Amino acid sequence: MSEVILLAVTGAGLGAIYFLVASGLSLIYGLMGVLNFAHGVFLSLGAFLGLEVAQRLGASSWTGFAVSLLVGALAGAAFAALTERVLVQKLYNRHIEQVLVTVGLGLAAVALFDGIWGTDPRFPRGPAWLDETSTIGGANIPNIVFVAIIAAAAVLAAIVLFLKHTRYGMIIRAGVENRSMVTALGIDVRNAFTLVFTIGGAAAGIGGVLASHHFGYVSPMLGQTLLIFAFIVTVIGGLGSLIGAAVASVLVALLQQFANFYLWGTGDFAVVVLLALVLLTRPSGLMGRKA
Amino acid sequence: MTAMNTQKADEKVQGKVAAMRTAARSPQDGPGSQGTRSRLLALIVPVGLVVLLACLPLLNISIPGVLPGATYTPGTLHMLALAMVMAGVALSYHLLFGVAGLLSFGHALYFGLGAYGLGIVMEKLELGLVPAALVVIVAGLVMSTILGAVSLQVTGIPFAMVTLAFAQAGFVLVRKNPGGLTGGEEGMRLPTDYVPDWLVGVADTRNLYWVALAALVLAFVIVTWVQRSRAGHVAEAVRENELRVQVLGMRPFLVKLAIFVSASVIAAGMGMVHLLLNSGAVPHTMSAEFTISLLLMVVLGGVGSRWGAVAGAFVYVILSQRLAVLAQSSAIDDLPAVLAIPLSEPMFILGTIFILVVMFLPGGLAALGLRVRALFSRRARAELDEGTRTPGELVQEDGQQP
Repeated sequence: MSEVILLAVTGAGLGAIYFLVASGLSLIYGLMGVLNFAHGVFLSLGAFLGLEVAQRLGASSWTGFAVSLLVGALAGAAFAALTERVLVQKLYNRHIEQVLVTVGLGLAAVALFDGIWGTDPRFPRGPAWLDETSTIGGANIPNIVFVAIIAAAAVLAAIVLFLKHTRYGMIIRAGVENRSMVTALGIDVRNAFTLVFTIGGAAAGIGGVLASHHFGYVSPMLGQTLLIFAFIVTVIGGLGSLIGAAVASVLVALLQQFANFYLWGTGDFAVVVLLALVLLTRPSGLMGRKA
Repeated sequence: MTAMNTQKADEKVQGKVAAMRTAARSPQDGPGSQGTRSRLLALIVPVGLVVLLACLPLLNISIPGVLPGATYTPGTLHMLALAMVMAGVALSYHLLFGVAGLLSFGHALYFGLGAYGLGIVMEKLELGLVPAALVVIVAGLVMSTILGAVSLQVTGIPFAMVTLAFAQAGFVLVRKNPGGLTGGEEGMRLPTDYVPDWLVGVADTRNLYWVALAALVLAFVIVTWVQRSRAGHVAEAVRENELRVQVLGMRPFLVKLAIFVSASVIAAGMGMVHLLLNSGAVPHTMSAEFTISLLLMVVLGGVGSRWGAVAGAFVYVILSQRLAVLAQSSAIDDLPAVLAIPLSEPMFILGTIFILVVMFLPGGLAALGLRVRALFSRRARAELDEGTRTPGELVQEDGQQP
């Protein structure tokens, strides 16, 4: 029993990190039709800068951890906003070129991080409490898992509140629904584009700091590795659906954990099989709009 | 009855496509001395190039900065052979992306299948090189048919994702080293017992070079043939307007599948040459990064152009190898860190070039070549006036609002 609880809770923690990456991807795709291959880079940058700041402020203090989260979010947001303004927006409405540009940025940025921080993984230290475990139903669960779940839930709540209750949120929701109509009503959706990139980048940056504590290392490839799973999550959840991304992240992470434990480490395969099944039966994903 | 209708409709489209192609050619291309001359020229240039490349191992030419040594040295031959192998795979990717408009992120799967498959079949079934290669080709045919049939249920970005997921499964598999077959992270060594002696060893690099050249020529011929076949024409029509092709009574799915399978089999073939050339296979050959590098080559060379794909692959391989050497040099080391760090990462430079090409030179090297030729030839100028293709025009959107 304790095994099942352990797998379920750590699975939810992993799902939380997937969600932090996938939420931005899904929003960006929903509004702009761009699959952002540079999203993992936002995450890596957040993780690296968070690590640097935490080291300066004292890695084992809570202030250091809180500031590193903040810095991670800001770094991801700034990088994402810059990407949108400088690269993506120049190729307005040319979706494939936009994808290609993000692919190129992904390559270039990973190489740049290699040059700055080296290819070897670096190991972040956090407050001692994060490395300890709490016991739930007989299972010893690392505390970082709870932090990741709470952070992801907070990000989800914040994005949902933003989308539901602000004017910009309304424009974004309307744009996902029918962009031509929003443009026809005389609203400049380009600011909304920059905004979703910024939000997505901030979520990815937070995800980066949490992922570095969760997996216990940071490397330039960390983001792009997580990105592939985030893509799968986004497609399963339905491109453009935030709630779909949340459900699918947890689903995918749980499947991965349980298959890894009970089916001889076949977690990654199980995820691919799930993706194939979902696409064959519901090509638009679990909660996507019908194409 | 329906079959007959389909055939009729086929012929109609065929005729239209042919008419469009003739019309698209500029008037100067018509009968007469000039047409014959340009056709002759179109034959002489590639043949001459192949002959020149075939003679390189016997010559002593040095191009400092571009080649690591004189052309007869194993190091240079290895790099050129690698470029040829990559050019072959890039050509097969051109078939997918440039002709059929299928943006795949999992093409590396079939390249890796060729590389790993050949080694495993030789070792475990104790077959010679040629029978083993045939077995792998058949395996590639079967696998690409099944996986292609599944992935082609969706189009556009979801297609990219499904192919990525399948390739990722393959990547995970070879890294897990099931049954000690693939050697895990370390990669697999070439089982030299089953390979003819003249293909093993550094001294025999020139033989491998010729094999790679032959493979590239073969790949080019097959790709040209597929592109000019009915399937190729219909695939181009599907890329432009799938609904219209469907309404005409044709089956876009089968055509796309045919293109997918032929591209995959070519990739598997080039994978086998890669195994021989590098005396082994590493998981990288199956990774998403490998497919992305193919995409880079094709876009760099100019989407939709066969020569572009080849040129893109050569530029990519030579740049990535030579820039790595340049990064070690003192000229870079002495620069301040702000410049030295980016310049010492070949992938940073290649990625930046790629971004610049996508943003400012949508037709890639092929468009650049056309622009240079336009200075001298009227025909090239006419082609230029028709406008070059941008990558985005090629891929169907998937239900996104216009």
